[in-house]
Amino acid sequence: MMKNSIFHIVLVAILVVLPLFFGEYYVNLGSQIMVAVIFAASLNLLVGYGGLTSLGHATYLGLAAYTSAWLFQKYGMSHDYTAVIAILFTTFVGAIFGWISLRASGLSFLMLTLALSQIIWGIGYRWVALTNGDNGISGLTRPSPFGINLENSNNFYWFCLIVTVVSLFFIARIVNSPFGTSLKGTRDQEKRMSALGYNVWMIRWVTFIMASFFGAVSGLLYVYLNKYIHPSVISITSSAEGLLCVIAGGAGTLAGPILGSILIVLLKNYVSGFVERWNMLLGIIFVFIVIFMPAGMASGFKQLKNRWFGGKKP
Amino acid sequence: MQFWVIQTLNSLALGGLLFMLSSGFALIFGLMRIANLTHGSLFMIGAYIAASVLRGGYNLVVAAIVAMAFVGLLGAIIERLILRSLSGNSQGQVLATLGLSFIAADACLMIWGGDPIPINAPEMLRAPLQLFGFSFPTYRLVVLGISMISAVLLYLLMERTRLGAMIRAGVDDMQMARAVGIPASQLFTIVFSLGALLAGLGGTVGGPMLNAYPGLDADMLPLALIVVILGGVGSLVGTFVASFIIGFIYTFGIALVPDLAYVILFLPMVFVIAFRPSGLFGTIRT
Amino acid sequence: MTLALEVKDLKKSFGGIAVTQSVNLQVAPGERRLIIGPNGAGKTTLFAQITGDLKPDSGSVSIFGNEVIKLPVHARAHMGMSRTYQIITLFKKDTLAHNVVLSLLGIDGRKKNIFNPLGPKDSLFDQAIEFLDSVGLKQQAHRHVSEISYGEQRRVEIALALAQKPKLLLLDEPLAGLSQDERVMVSELINKISKDVAIVMIEHDMDMALAFAEKILVLQYGKVIVDGDRDAVVNDPKTQEVYLGH
Repeated sequence: MMKNSIFHIVLVAILVVLPLFFGEYYVNLGSQIMVAVIFAASLNLLVGYGGLTSLGHATYLGLAAYTSAWLFQKYGMSHDYTAVIAILFTTFVGAIFGWISLRASGLSFLMLTLALSQIIWGIGYRWVALTNGDNGISGLTRPSPFGINLENSNNFYWFCLIVTVVSLFFIARIVNSPFGTSLKGTRDQEKRMSALGYNVWMIRWVTFIMASFFGAVSGLLYVYLNKYIHPSVISITSSAEGLLCVIAGGAGTLAGPILGSILIVLLKNYVSGFVERWNMLLGIIFVFIVIFMPAGMASGFKQLKNRWFGGKKP
Repeated sequence: MQFWVIQTLNSLALGGLLFMLSSGFALIFGLMRIANLTHGSLFMIGAYIAASVLRGGYNLVVAAIVAMAFVGLLGAIIERLILRSLSGNSQGQVLATLGLSFIAADACLMIWGGDPIPINAPEMLRAPLQLFGFSFPTYRLVVLGISMISAVLLYLLMERTRLGAMIRAGVDDMQMARAVGIPASQLFTIVFSLGALLAGLGGTVGGPMLNAYPGLDADMLPLALIVVILGGVGSLVGTFVASFIIGFIYTFGIALVPDLAYVILFLPMVFVIAFRPSGLFGTIRT
Repeated sequence: MTLALEVKDLKKSFGGIAVTQSVNLQVAPGERRLIIGPNGAGKTTLFAQITGDLKPDSGSVSIFGNEVIKLPVHARAHMGMSRTYQIITLFKKDTLAHNVVLSLLGIDGRKKNIFNPLGPKDSLFDQAIEFLDSVGLKQQAHRHVSEISYGEQRRVEIALALAQKPKLLLLDEPLAGLSQDERVMVSELINKISKDVAIVMIEHDMDMALAFAEKILVLQYGKVIVDGDRDAVVNDPKTQEVYLGH
């Protein structure tokens, strides 16, 4: 247990000092990865721990991003307010969409999440008066919490790091709590859980809401990082990339979304320099992982970590 | 008035196309419990192949045959090679078909480029039909006709043939069907192939209406999903009815309130699921 | 005296076929009730209507005086009812202790906690091990369900049910698929269960079942054929008719 904590502290310490050794490009890459990590971790709650495959999770990233952007641009609202409203609104939509989607289960649930996401995507493109359509919303700024200027890449990186660590902390708490234990139970034996007295629907709905909340958090970081938002962020491809981060890293593990996001973001950045066919690569990786490495990378890494640092016995 | 006539016919034609697209999806889902997210890609590949065949100087009928054969074969390969190794893992199968749809999309981009390729209706079908003082776009009528014929053929297949009986048994209760000796393995390949073939046909027949372009798959797949959810899983009748409902909503929606077309499209489905999760005619719980 | 379980005039049809026909059943607190009948008699269907997995067409089901027909499955566990399944539905990838913990947590307000960790040192695990001890599996507490034998899994099922301290226990063919030795073991377990728990059991193994039963309900084609004390039912010619040649 102690050794596990040492591992985490060392890791975070390394991450903190990284910007001092690397140039701006890499620091921004790091921020990008962290946005992906939070997004993947939020999705993992549903997919990995809840057993509910959602194909529309990018909706929540997009909604928070757009809400923040729109409020800022239309009303000049300060980021203190836009952030809060964006997260509240997105989580509220998550509650509604979750309610609708959970009217069905299994593959119908999947189709519903996809369909609802497409509605928002469609609105993003077509309701030009509201969202600026295909042009997206630009000219955005980053917040200045406590007067610290986040336009500086290093500062923004550390800001992301704090948000990521805090988010992952809470997600870890949720997953290891009694609620998280019951969530995993509903994933494995739904009927049995009902018979044991658990309100399976409620557990899933609450999880959906939490997932959309953290998805919203990643959306805010996303729009601050890029200072621009475009409807393509709500596309199926976007949701699929998030899924891939979860699956490649290892669904149902805490390290999975982290490892998967690192892999996918790095691949995307480097590969798209050489190869135009990012989508094809994404697809090939998907099929490969699903067939040959269904448990993802996390299980392999966990064994390595346990060898070097000790840790929980399996 | 002419406006209404045209839009109605467009709606019916789109409904017919949606039926060809969705019936395949519904069959695959009903029998194999796989949400085939590659289905939109298969439709698109059908359209692209038709475009190439036409460019080679052949007519649309030849194009349709080639497209069906190719896409049907592709479906069989996908089922055998990839989905089979994931049997029992429905989440994995869905993700695999998702991955395949990305591969397919980029492959089409590589082969046919990024510009839309027009597909022309056969010469003799281009002139509008004059009836009762109205002009009817002839090709739309043909699309409707072909989809009706497909529907009838599909019905006959399901109700009057041994294969159809086996499929219906499998859709009802796969475990039982296996127990009475129905060869699940071959059945799955045949059905997946059949579903793909129908999608390919849809892509070809729909070519003159929609053309072949990158993104056709992403445009069509959600429509198939809506139709199957609305109509109810496990019911081809439901798929048939829902195809036309969606055809009308989509066509009139785009014509009358283009900005909100997507919302209008998905909203009925959302309402139906919220209040009647098994769809209009659904018999199976997923 | 409030009955542990009262089923009144229960009816259920599928398509045109009546699977439950005006079934009445009264189980007193602490009673040992056996439900028997040939295959297709509707025993499991009756169970399902009591547990809430199936909704009856008409009639009533009361648990300790409370009408439960309108209650969802998960609400019934909180009324003192537990059940086991004919098909093993344990959490295969988890340890035995974890399985029992899930049972304990099901009726515990703590399950709503989303923040405090539930680790292996938690008191729930100690309680779980005690329940596993009561079914003779204390040594296996930290093994995974997938690693233990089928007979042991059946005992875990019972531990899961007992962990919720039910006052009404429904056992669906608890001896199914077990070897002779295992049957003896599980039967002893069942007989050891405290006398203030009413037990309703479906079972085909007549030797064990008859030794267990105080009262018996005989079903055929969804109808109650005989209902009464064990000896009376066993000697009733109608019972023997139902079980031609048994």
